[in-house]
Amino acid sequence: MPISPEALIFYPAAAMLICAALAVIMVRNPVHAALSLVVCFFASAVLWMLLEAEFLGIALVLVYVGAVMVLFLFVVMMLDINVAVLREGFVRRAPFAALAAIIMTGLLVWAVWFERLGLPEFAKPALRPEGYSNTTEIGKVMYTEYVYPFEIASVILLVGIVAAIALTLRRRGGTKHQDPAQQVKVRREDRIRLVKVEAEKNH
Amino acid sequence: MSELILGFWNGLWPEARLVLTSLFWVLVIMVPLIVAVGFYTLVERKVIGYIQGRVGPNRVGFHGTFQWLADVLKLVLKEFVIPANANRFLFVIAPIISLVPAFSAWAAVPFADGIVLADINAALLYILALTGMGVYGVIIAGWASNSKYAFLGAMRSAAQMVAYEIAMGFALVGVLMAAKSLNLGDIVRAQEGSIFHWYWLPLFPLFLVYFISGVAETNRAPFDVAEGESEIVAGFHVEYSGTGFAVFFLAEYANMILVSALSVVFFLGGWLNPFAGVPWLEDVTAGVPGMVWFFAKMAIFIYAFLWFRATFPRYRYDQIMRLGWKVFIPVTIFWLVVMGLFIVMNWPWINLGFTVLGISIVLILLGRFAGSKTPVTT
Repeated sequence: MPISPEALIFYPAAAMLICAALAVIMVRNPVHAALSLVVCFFASAVLWMLLEAEFLGIALVLVYVGAVMVLFLFVVMMLDINVAVLREGFVRRAPFAALAAIIMTGLLVWAVWFERLGLPEFAKPALRPEGYSNTTEIGKVMYTEYVYPFEIASVILLVGIVAAIALTLRRRGGTKHQDPAQQVKVRREDRIRLVKVEAEKNH
Repeated sequence: MSELILGFWNGLWPEARLVLTSLFWVLVIMVPLIVAVGFYTLVERKVIGYIQGRVGPNRVGFHGTFQWLADVLKLVLKEFVIPANANRFLFVIAPIISLVPAFSAWAAVPFADGIVLADINAALLYILALTGMGVYGVIIAGWASNSKYAFLGAMRSAAQMVAYEIAMGFALVGVLMAAKSLNLGDIVRAQEGSIFHWYWLPLFPLFLVYFISGVAETNRAPFDVAEGESEIVAGFHVEYSGTGFAVFFLAEYANMILVSALSVVFFLGGWLNPFAGVPWLEDVTAGVPGMVWFFAKMAIFIYAFLWFRATFPRYRYDQIMRLGWKVFIPVTIFWLVVMGLFIVMNWPWINLGFTVLGISIVLILLGRFAGSKTPVTT
């Protein structure tokens, strides 16, 4: 069976995604964990591209890798988290965690493997015709069919921004900050006074 | 011999042939880019030298033409020192991480009509995503060095790059609204007409915001607090030597050239002839290939980077943040609203361009009369 180029990209990307996702929760160093998450986002972006969803793939990299994870990394690097404290009580809690994990996995296997194996919704998606633009298609439905959810989501985000600013905004007294508008407005004559001193004559 | 090669070529899988031809074109872009970076460092030293009344390097080759080769040789032959307490893996990989986005963004840049490595639909987003990636090299280098100066430099530059990326993104939203496409080739084609149809005029505030944000994104003077010599020595790459430093250097200069190329694509009409619409000059210059115009326009911005460095004093950190958040973002949002009005009314962009031109002439005249007042001396 010849290997299709899609498979040649899919399997390495999928393997990378799984390995990186495991690394996020397994590695000791929190900075390494955050970087593994970045790799995860990349691998999933590749998978989306394979599905011809180039807009979603690039947006994932743009938003999560370009902005969210940078701030995340920023915080993780500055916090200097002590991993040893976080790992205390691992053995005591392990049985409960294992139980939860087994139930979750069982549910997933049941839902995906036994219930729906071979059903058409897992069939390979049809290839789009040439000239198909995922960006245009998303734009079309987003601004017509889903315009209200879209607008509501953006208003919620706006409220979030305002709330975040309101929470951190506090006027402290005693700071010596300057007002740039005043700095720009200053002219020479406000600051310097040229004085013509008469020479003394009595000597 | 040639038949042997041809036979081998035809015997390959079509996919393998595609990969090999793509690799070939990647090299066609990358090798001149690396050479251009080399010459750029030379030009930088020369230009800044002449601005400061010196002659710059003039010993290696004709008037110092091969100074950059000597510099490369020096950097490559130096030892690559890894500090004892550094995180070895991240320390080594950080320069590579900063180099990859600086090079891979070139895939979507159209050099002339149809001459582009990857003509992707969401090219503008792709470019934004990749330029956003550049910050990782800086943060990882700063953290992995396990040094206070490097870490301070990394933190400064990360905050700065995130801040200016927002302004840059908004400026590009304006371009997207005007061109109605994310494809860089279509963006250039939408600017066709005359020099006044190019987006630098109707989108003038966005043009300024984009290029200044580009200077800030590349951590160049006057926004180079990330490596401010007088405060934190060299910032994030203070622990790097030899090839590690050379790769950071390469990435920085490749990014500068990239920002210049993108400014040309977004605001100066890419490969379009600047004399289009001018009666006699248009016919004379009709035969000039688009790539020549593209590179000539790029040279303006490439020179501006050096000019800025030689003339502006470094911004203070709080001033950088103020400029990014409190000046650029409101300016771009205001202009997007103005553009939205033009789209709703279905007015052509050239009208917006002439409005901008008129307003600036009025402002300049006002400024002249306001400034002509004789200073009062007491």
